[in-house]
Amino acid sequence: MASENRPLSPHLQVYRPQITSILSIIHRLTGVTLAAGALLFACWILAATYGEDAFAFAQRMLGSWFGQLVLLGFTFALFYHLGNGIRHLAWDAGWGFEMDKLRVSGWIVVLFSLLMTCVTFIAAYTAAGGT
Amino acid sequence: MQHRSALDKVRHLGSTHSGAEHWWSERLTAIALVPLSLWFVYSAIGLTGADLAEFKAWIGLYGNPVLLILFIFCMFHHGHLGVQVVIEDYVHNEQVKFLAIISTKFVAVLFGTASAFAVLQLTFRI
Repeated sequence: MASENRPLSPHLQVYRPQITSILSIIHRLTGVTLAAGALLFACWILAATYGEDAFAFAQRMLGSWFGQLVLLGFTFALFYHLGNGIRHLAWDAGWGFEMDKLRVSGWIVVLFSLLMTCVTFIAAYTAAGGT
Repeated sequence: MQHRSALDKVRHLGSTHSGAEHWWSERLTAIALVPLSLWFVYSAIGLTGADLAEFKAWIGLYGNPVLLILFIFCMFHHGHLGVQVVIEDYVHNEQVKFLAIISTKFVAVLFGTASAFAVLQLTFRI
């Protein structure tokens, strides 16, 4: 069949990187990351149904330095995908396609996700009692 | 001479049948996930280092089980729709592509159902 080896749409390597394309790629990466995060969420909530020890183990894993690093990644991914998702919804409504607006909204999303990641971790450390 | 098929002839045929369904579901779940994910992050912060008793007490609070199940449904639905698009864009081999899409859907339904059932179990202490 002639259609076996047709090229597919996103040709990442043929374009000069720019803020719009980089943010678009990060949106996909964070989306796939969060899909994996959904599986981790399922394991976390299922651990609770297996009893005291299983849930304590899950909480200890998430609280370890590696667990915290993973959660830091997921937190950033969530706020980035959330912020840029709202940007996408605005485009769907027909707003913000001009180049200057694209750049401004893009940088707002980057700052928003970094800021919210910091706020979340400070709040979590405070909730855990500063440990 | 007419160059266009009558609308009533093409309705429910071909791409007019369900072309926008995937796109529309993705947006609807995205809109729902804006408040739901913010609520979840806020709740998860409060659950930092919680033991099972504290976790169950939180799940038992009025409204939390419903919001959790809605969050689970929207998250897994939106997630599998998104991953499907990524697979369609980057997986070139037809067989691998369909296998990957089917697996994604099965995993999403399995983990989503298991999570939602866990919420019920923890709420009703089954």
